[in-house]
Amino acid sequence: MLYRTSGQFKTTYRSDQALFPIRQDAFLLGIILLFAWVILPASASSFAFQTLLIPVLIYALAATGLNVLTGYAGQLSLGTGAFMGVGAYACYKLITLFPELNLIVAVLLSGLFSAGAGVLFGLPSLRIKGFYLAIATLAAQFFLVWLFEKWGWLYNYNASGAIQVPNVSMFGIWVAGPQATDRAQYFFVLALVTVLTMVTINLTRGNLGRSWKAVRDMDIAAELIGINLLKAKLQAFAVSSYLVGVAGALFVFFWRGAAEPNLFNIDLSFRVLFIAIIGGLGSVLGNWLGAILIVALPVVLNTAPHWVGLDISSSTVEHVNVMIVGALIVFFLIVEPHGLARLWALIREKLIHWPFPY
Amino acid sequence: MTGIAEAIVAEDTRRIGGILMELKHITLRFGGVTAIQDISFDIREGEIRAIIGPNGAGKSSMLNVINGLYTPSVGEIWYKGARRPAMKPYEVARQGVARTFQNIALFKGMSTLDNIMAGRNTMMRSGLFAQALWRGRAEAEEIAHREQVEKIIDFLEIQHIRKTPVGKLPYGLQKRVELGRALAAEPSLLLLDEPMAGMNVEEKEDMSRFILDVNDEFGTTIALIEHDMGVVMDISDRVVVMDYGKKIGDGTPEEVRNAPEVIDAYLGVAHD
Repeated sequence: MLYRTSGQFKTTYRSDQALFPIRQDAFLLGIILLFAWVILPASASSFAFQTLLIPVLIYALAATGLNVLTGYAGQLSLGTGAFMGVGAYACYKLITLFPELNLIVAVLLSGLFSAGAGVLFGLPSLRIKGFYLAIATLAAQFFLVWLFEKWGWLYNYNASGAIQVPNVSMFGIWVAGPQATDRAQYFFVLALVTVLTMVTINLTRGNLGRSWKAVRDMDIAAELIGINLLKAKLQAFAVSSYLVGVAGALFVFFWRGAAEPNLFNIDLSFRVLFIAIIGGLGSVLGNWLGAILIVALPVVLNTAPHWVGLDISSSTVEHVNVMIVGALIVFFLIVEPHGLARLWALIREKLIHWPFPY
Repeated sequence: MTGIAEAIVAEDTRRIGGILMELKHITLRFGGVTAIQDISFDIREGEIRAIIGPNGAGKSSMLNVINGLYTPSVGEIWYKGARRPAMKPYEVARQGVARTFQNIALFKGMSTLDNIMAGRNTMMRSGLFAQALWRGRAEAEEIAHREQVEKIIDFLEIQHIRKTPVGKLPYGLQKRVELGRALAAEPSLLLLDEPMAGMNVEEKEDMSRFILDVNDEFGTTIALIEHDMGVVMDISDRVVVMDYGKKIGDGTPEEVRNAPEVIDAYLGVAHD
C-alpha cells in the first residue's frame, strides 16, 4: 500500500534508468539522509559517535571497496586490511611531510597509493582465479603488514613503532587528532563516505560496472564481446583498493587516533569480508546493512542485558558476539548468499504487492 | 519447418558482396592432436555461411580460430582485405566479429537489458571519471545506447523479459538474449555456434526466422554451425563440410548434398 507503484509511468529512458525508478525509494533515502545529516549528529552522545556512527560509516566504505572487487568483479580478496593500512600510512606520511596540506586532499590522495598497491597485487588475477587468487592477496596481506612494521620511514622512526595522528585543523576547526570533536569528525567522514558511495553506485550501474559483472559471470564470453579482461580486472582492483585505502585513512585519522601495524592484520580483512558477505555481495546497500549489523551487535549485546536487569560480564559478551557473527555467516552462506540486501529486496517486493498477493 | 524459411528466401532481396573473410590453409594443433588440417574457405559479405560436419570434426575450433581464441599453428586469416595479425579475442571483437555459444554463455547475474547493453561495450567512450559523475556525458551515452538496445529487444520480441535476470529465463529465450547480445555490437561478421541446439521445432522456426531477418534487414554476414540438416540446407547460401579436421566439401547446399565425400562422411562408407 505504502509502496504502491501503480500510476508511476516511465516515459523516457532517462527516467527508467534513474537511480530510484520508484518514488518511495527516493523518499526513504531522503529520510535516511535526514537522519544521518541532521537528527543523529544533533542528538548523539560521544559514546554513540565513537562506537556506532563513525565506525559504521568507515566499515561501510571499506566493505563497499571490497564489494567492488569481490561482489561485482568476482575476484576474491583477503588483503583488505593491508590495503586499508596502505591508505592509513600514506595519509600519515602526507600529513607529516606536508603539514599545510588540506586533510581532505591528503585522504583522497592516500587512496591512490592503496590503488597502486592493489593494482600491483592484482596483476596475478589474469592468470589465477578463485582460491588461488585469494592466496595471492593473502600474500599481500602478510607482506604489507610486515612492511609497516619493518620500514621505519613509514612511521617516522617512532620508538613505539605506531603512528599517532597529529592535530589537524581545517577552516579553523580541529578535525583530526586529540583535540577534534566527535561531531566534526563525524561530519567529515560522512561527507566523504556519501560522495564515494555515490561514485561507486554510478560506476557499478554504468558500462564499467557491466564489464565487471560480465567478467564475474562468464569471463570467456566477456572477452569475446570485446572486454579486455586484464584492464577490467585491474580497474576493479584499482577502484576497490582506492575506496579501501580511503577507508583505512579515515579509520586511523577519524576513529582510532593511533595505529600500530597489527591493527591491519588479517582479522580486519576478515571483518570487512564478513560485512560484505552478510550484507550481500554485489550490492551497495548490503554493505551498509552489514556494517550496521557487525558494528551494532556487540554494542547491543553489551547494553541490552543491563536494561532487563541481567548482569553479564564483558568477556561473555565478547564470546557471544563472536558466536552470533559466526552463526550468521554460516546462515547467510547457506540460506541467502545475497545477504541482507536480498532480504530487503524480498520485503520490498512484498510491500509493493501488499495487501494483494498478485 | 521449412515453410517460413522458404517463404523468406523466396523473396530474396539481399546482395552478396565481395570476400569479407578468407581463411588460408589453417592448421590447428594441440600438442600431437591436429584439430584442423589445412582448411581454406572464404566468407562473402552478406551471405549465410554454414559449417557442418559430424561431432569432433573441428567446427567449433574453427570458430574459435576466427574469434582469436585459438591462434592457428599454420595459415593466414584475411579480414576486410587485410591480413589479420595474431590478436587477442577482445581485439577481434572490436573489429566487428561477434558470436554466440554452443552452451549458453550469458551473464547470469545480470538482466536481459544489461546483457545486451554489455554487448555494446566496445562502442562506449566515456571514461572512469565521467562514469563516476554520471550526470552529463556518461548518462547521455547510456541513454543513446539504451535506445539502440531497445530496438534489438523489439526485434527479438523479448520486451517482457527486459528486466528479468537471465538465469531465470527458459532455454529458448536465453538463446534469443544471447543472439541479442551479439547483435548489439553491430557486427560485420556474426558467428553462431549451434544456435538451434536443444530446441523444439517451434523454437527452431523462430530462431531461423530471426537469423534470416538479421541477415536480410541488417545485411549482417553470418557464419553458423548447425547439426539440423533441414535448417542448414534451407537458410544457408553456401556450406563448408568438415570431417576429422579436414574440409571435405564446399559449395551451395545443393552441391554439398550430392557430393559423394559428404554422403560417405555422414552415412558411412561400405567396406568392400
